[in-house]
This record gives sequence, C-alpha cells and structure tokens, in this order.
Amino acid sequence: MSRRLKISIFRHNPRDPRSVPRLVDYELDERPGMTLFIALNAIRDTQAPDLNFDFVCRAGVCGACAMVIDGRPGLACRTLTSTLPAAFSLYPLPVFRLVADLSVDTGSWMRELAERLQTWVHLDAEPDLDRLEARMEPALAEAVYELDRCIECGCCIAACATAQMREGFVGAVGLVKIARFRLDSADTRDDADFYELVGNDEGIFGCMSLLACNDLCPKELPLQTQLAWLRRKMAGQGVRWLRRG
Amino acid sequence: MTLPRPCAASAASPWPARLDLLQSLSGLALALFMWLHMGFVSAILISADFAWAVARFFEGYFFLPRPQAWLVTAFVASIALLFALHALLALRRFPADWRQYRIAARHGSRLRHGDTMLWFVQVATGFAMFFLAPVHLYAMFMHPDLIGPYESADRVWTGGFWPLYLALLFAVEVHGSVGLYRLAVKWGWFEGRDARTTRRRLKLAMWGLIAFLLTLGLTTLLAEIRMGIEHAPRAGERYVPTWQRSPTAVEEAR
Repeated sequence: MSRRLKISIFRHNPRDPRSVPRLVDYELDERPGMTLFIALNAIRDTQAPDLNFDFVCRAGVCGACAMVIDGRPGLACRTLTSTLPAAFSLYPLPVFRLVADLSVDTGSWMRELAERLQTWVHLDAEPDLDRLEARMEPALAEAVYELDRCIECGCCIAACATAQMREGFVGAVGLVKIARFRLDSADTRDDADFYELVGNDEGIFGCMSLLACNDLCPKELPLQTQLAWLRRKMAGQGVRWLRRG
Repeated sequence: MTLPRPCAASAASPWPARLDLLQSLSGLALALFMWLHMGFVSAILISADFAWAVARFFEGYFFLPRPQAWLVTAFVASIALLFALHALLALRRFPADWRQYRIAARHGSRLRHGDTMLWFVQVATGFAMFFLAPVHLYAMFMHPDLIGPYESADRVWTGGFWPLYLALLFAVEVHGSVGLYRLAVKWGWFEGRDARTTRRRLKLAMWGLIAFLLTLGLTTLLAEIRMGIEHAPRAGERYVPTWQRSPTAVEEAR
C-alpha cells in the first residue's frame, strides 16, 4: 500500500525582502521507485510552482541536487522516498550561499576553494605540445582517477561539524583535491608546497576526524583513508620543516 | 603555460602540525597510562598485601635502601603536566562561542551520525575531567604515602572521595577508549586494505574496552568502598602487610 508522504520544505528567497525563512508542508502519494527528484517535480507541478531546487543529470553525476534530506546531506536524485520516513524535512545545504528554497550556490564556493588551494597540475617548465606526455603507472592513474571522482556536490561540507562551526575550513572536498595532486606524478609540487596550502587549522590540522564526510559521501570516496594519509604527510613535513621564511 | 608555484614567500608555520602531533601523543600517553593505572588500583581485587606491594613499589621500597615517597610525587606531577598539556591542546577544538555551540548541537542532533556523537562525548567527558582530575591529582601529589589498601579505602569512604571517583571512572574510561579509537582513524593506524571493515572492528574493540574497563573499575571501587566501610572505625590506621605483622597482631586480625 502506498504511503502518503508529508514533506516539510524550507522556503525562503533572500532576494525578496518580504520573504521569511519558514518550513512549508506538502503532501503527496508515494509511488513505487519514487526518488526525491520525482517527488519535488510533482510538488512543483501541482502545489508550488515557485519552488526552487536544482537538478541537471538526475543520475548522481553532477551533484547539483545535493540537499539536507531528513537531517542528512545527500543527492535528491539518488534518494528513494521508500528509504525515508513518511514525514521528513528538506533543507538547503548549509555553509553555501542560499539562492532560494533548496537551491544553493556551491559553484562560487568551489571555485574560490580551487583558487585558494591551487587545485591544478603545477609544472616547472612549459610543456612541449609536440611530444607525448610522460607515462604514468596504471595503478597510480587509477588512484588519481579514484579521487577525481569527486563531483563537488558539497555533501561533505554539509556533513562536517568543523566546516559549519569554523568559517574558512576547506573540508574534505578541499583536502581530497590536495591528496589527488600530491599523488599525481605530473605535478612537481612537493610536501613543503602542499603544507603551505593545507598545513594549518583551516586545512588538514583543523579536521577533527568526525568522518561524517566519509560516511555520507554520495560517491563513496575513500575520504577517511585520504585524510589520514594527508595528515601523516603534512605532520611529517611540519616536524622536519626547516624552510622558515 | 607555467603556473606560479604557491610558496614563493613562505608564511606557513610548522606549529599546527606539531600541536596536532602533541595532542595525539599526549592523549595516547595518557590513555595508555590509564590502562596501567587501572592495573595498579585493581590489585586490591587480588589481595590487600599485593595492593600494598604495588603501592610501595613506586616508592622504591623493593630496590632502594629506603622508600622515597617523592618519587610518586614527581610522577604525579609529570602526569598532571601531561594532562594540562593535553587539555590545553584539546581546548583548541572546543566550540569557541555561543554561535558555535548552537551550530554543533543542532548539527549533531539532526545528523544522527555515530562518530560525530562520539566527539560530543569527548567534549563532555573532557570538560568533566577539567574539574574532576585535578582534585585526585592534588590529593596524590600532596599525600603520596597515603596510597595503600587501608589508606585508599579510607580516602574513598571516610574521606568522601567515592562520588568523585565514580564520576572520574566513567569520564576517564570513556574518554580514553573513544580517544584511542579516534586516534586510530585520524592517523590511519591498522587500516589495511579495507578501511571500512577495520573501522567497524576498531569501534567494536572500543566498546569492548569501555565495557571491560568500566566493569573492572566499578568492581575495584566497590571493593574499596567495602573495605572503607569496614575500616571506618579505625580510619587513618596504616596498612601493614601480613608478613610484617607480629604473630599476635596476625592472630588478632584473624
């Protein structure tokens, strides 16, 4: 027998001076195989045409539909309503700038993070475009690719108590990017260079290893392993570091 | 295209790394010491003579010409300093103001995530120890010679220390065991090929350790309370091991 779902959705439009942050209840009948993507579209089609939420791929690839579902961050397109209680809430991701209702601007935050942590391959010399790139061991390429699977959905930031309490903390998404470039043999930076970026309380040493990022990552990235590995590398660098400016 | 390297002018300090390591190492040392401490105090469960021998061992009774109580004082002082260092370093992780406390509380209650809740447990038990541990450490620092079967039992019962020790037992054993688990996942110890399985096993070991240490601790405290009640009429009397008593005294004791 299908359930009658009661979804309490956070509604607020910061650009509308009359808008007040509030929870609005919407009810609808659950269908077999119903995802939150389907449920939210049904609500927008029949009950709240002005409801704001983001979807692009509907397949857990783009990360646009991340939101706080019944208290826990996750991707709406990959969440079956059957895994939730009959009454639950939907909130936008915290930390990120609210666009309206369930829609947040993760893009600006991620871009600022990328610039701050310089998350691109650094080279010492101009690459010769007429020559083949230096080869990489398949196992290393696999390891780099594994970390490249991050879709920057923002769930790890929303799951992290540190990121919410302490503005400026780069979170698992930032730290795993550093781990990715630290692995990459094409990147010429060494541990001292990476320490400059994350060897502080806004980086790896601010991480309290609560591991909600690891447990709630929709892509199931090995964040626990990578954060511990990066901590060991950066701690080693901090201990032996003699390059005081 | 060659992109600029990030560290043309170094502004990073090695201290965040060193403080992180110091916090972990001081916590590890304290947690392992508390295992030994539990071993020492639970000696009373074997016999009063054995507990007396353990206490006197740390004064050098068995290997110095004369027992030196200041050895215990010095050791207590070093533990107190280690405790203060760990507390100071851990304070960096406490929520700093009302806003952060509110965010942390709301986040924890909504997220329903085990390891996040464990951190709240660490904050609460750590906060409790700020007040509980110094009382015990000061008593040990000032009266290192009053560690022994009768002496400890009198302190626990007649001295009214048992409620403090009961609270301290829960705070220490939970904080220490959760701390060891968190250290293991923080630094990737014992991780192996399957981090998820290892973490599940580590957490199981953590709960097992908490149950074992609390059972042993409560049994020991009950034994001390019982001895304290029995010895209350003669509170203050020092314990003399069986083999040092005169035959008449032994007969009287029987």
